[in-house]
Amino acid sequence: MKRILVLILALAVVLSFSAVNAAETLNGAGATFPYPLYSAWAYEYSKVTGVKLNYQSIGSGGGVRQIVSRTVDFGASDDALKPEDVEKDRLLQWPQVIGGEVLAINVPGIKSEEMVLDVETVCKIFLGEIKYWDGQKIKALNPSLKLPYKDITVVHRSDGSGTTAVFTHYLAEACPVWKEKVGEGKSVNWPVGIGGKGNEGVANYVKRTPYSIGYVEFAYAKQNNLTYTLLKNPAGKIVKPTLETFAEAAAHGDYAPKKHFYTWVTNVKSPNAWPIVAATNILVAKEKVEQNKRVVKFFDWAFSQRGDELAKGLVYAPLPWSLKNKVRAYWKEHGIY
Amino acid sequence: MNFFKKRNPVDLTFSFITGIASLSVVLIVIGILYVLLKESSLSIERFGFIKFITSVDWDPVKESFGAAAALYGTLVTTILALIIAIPVAIGIAIFVTEVAPNFLKGPVGVAIELLAAIPSIIYGMWGLFTLAPIMAKYVEPFLKRTIGKLPLVGILFEGTPLGIDLLTASTILGIMIIPFTASISRDAFNLTPSVVKESAYAVGATKWEVVRDVILPYSKLGVFGGVVISLGRALGETMAVAFVLGNNNQITSSLLDAAATVTVKLANEFTEADKDVYLSSLYYLALLLFIMSFIVLAAAKFFILKAERRYQR
Repeated sequence: MKRILVLILALAVVLSFSAVNAAETLNGAGATFPYPLYSAWAYEYSKVTGVKLNYQSIGSGGGVRQIVSRTVDFGASDDALKPEDVEKDRLLQWPQVIGGEVLAINVPGIKSEEMVLDVETVCKIFLGEIKYWDGQKIKALNPSLKLPYKDITVVHRSDGSGTTAVFTHYLAEACPVWKEKVGEGKSVNWPVGIGGKGNEGVANYVKRTPYSIGYVEFAYAKQNNLTYTLLKNPAGKIVKPTLETFAEAAAHGDYAPKKHFYTWVTNVKSPNAWPIVAATNILVAKEKVEQNKRVVKFFDWAFSQRGDELAKGLVYAPLPWSLKNKVRAYWKEHGIY
Repeated sequence: MNFFKKRNPVDLTFSFITGIASLSVVLIVIGILYVLLKESSLSIERFGFIKFITSVDWDPVKESFGAAAALYGTLVTTILALIIAIPVAIGIAIFVTEVAPNFLKGPVGVAIELLAAIPSIIYGMWGLFTLAPIMAKYVEPFLKRTIGKLPLVGILFEGTPLGIDLLTASTILGIMIIPFTASISRDAFNLTPSVVKESAYAVGATKWEVVRDVILPYSKLGVFGGVVISLGRALGETMAVAFVLGNNNQITSSLLDAAATVTVKLANEFTEADKDVYLSSLYYLALLLFIMSFIVLAAAKFFILKAERRYQR
């Protein structure tokens, strides 16, 4: 009898603790791309405030589904929901941090930031129309490089992914043939190439397969020392992928609070902007005002200088100052700031 | 109800509890089938049955889906894996039961069972980082140079060897199912009455003759059972294959080409399937796999039962 009493007491103590904890934990789910950053932010934030963040990186699609069914406090998605979908599911949406994608290549003798490509060439390579590395178009862009007469092996993602959504949008926007033949989305029907699972799959195949090309998140390429190319942007300038050129693209985006910040920032017409850039977004349920205030507190802290430092350390580009203010105004307007 | 009478209450409770336990399995299977049917109803309505399983389309952008390529990939990898695994597994079983000295039997048996305990994600990572490069650099170019030059079979080895293909996936699958076939075959071999074996040896049969003419006929049902269990595992294996198959939705004659299986498609695309029809089609695929595994296992069970009956006569 005594034992049972002790057991019940212990159980009560444990349960009450978890009840307290539940109030101090933010539950989120969604995109895998910003996961390392969100956990870095969460770690620092819990040191400052004691509030914990439980973020499950189950993929953007899963994140959207979970916030629509209201099982989490916030969802995270790499591609922004259309304004009508945000309204229909009674959500709020804002951009949180910016990422860029690069074309990783493996051509023996060519180093990072040596080869130049433009969207038309990339499009033709991924359509299978440019088959060899010394193709006319590549040669014209790189007159000083020694290009081999070798088959190009295209590597793409085999799993559905926000990375693919951004990359195919970049192609579809500037390349009509791509739009008509393949289209854009998280997974598409690839005309050529082999599929790698996740960023690590693509990176691994590109690293291992000579004369291959693939698209990966810049952070991923950087951390794994992949060879990547420069790109010619719509302004006709050749740009390097850096946090500055990513932020420049975001600064020229048509971010409107009225549209819940739905926009694309690929192929932005600024001479200093990298062409394959996207913001990753946060979604919350409109009616849960008190909950959202806590979520916003966290993400507002992430907009701080310390938050930006953490982001840059992990090769993510913080939002430009003007856009942060727009987001804050949006929070105020909806009474969650 | 003679069954319940004359039984003490403890016994009755016990049979009740065990009864519920076994009934729950049946309920779970029915529940899964129900959910699969319900979730795939949208896709079934849109594409029908015949059109879905014969179409090679898989285009999420244009919302046109078909299962032919995935089903083909599943069948090819499974059959190839069995071809690779069965001879090795039976060899292992014969070695352990008949050939190996006593002090080796234990360690080899444990090693086989350990192989079965490795999680499939580890096979996948190993396949991606270790096996695929070996296949691409040595095995596949060698096959291309030798068998690939022959007429008819040559068609199986066309294309650039990249290591991300049906052959690599089947090899991994084969390695994964070896322990199942091997340990069940071993148990079956052990069931051969030693009297029969000893009589064979007594009339001067060699080890090879004993294995071929006594043990194998005696235990073929058990071996077959082991093969069926491996078959079930190979049909549903996901993570190990997902890493090395590439998920290309195509029907290809070459084993050196990327392809897709049902489970690989599910693992790769489920999390990001954003349209209703897309998600529903993935459920439809799962339903087809469910039915396919069910039919295969049921057929196998049927043959075993039939053979058993003939055997008893």
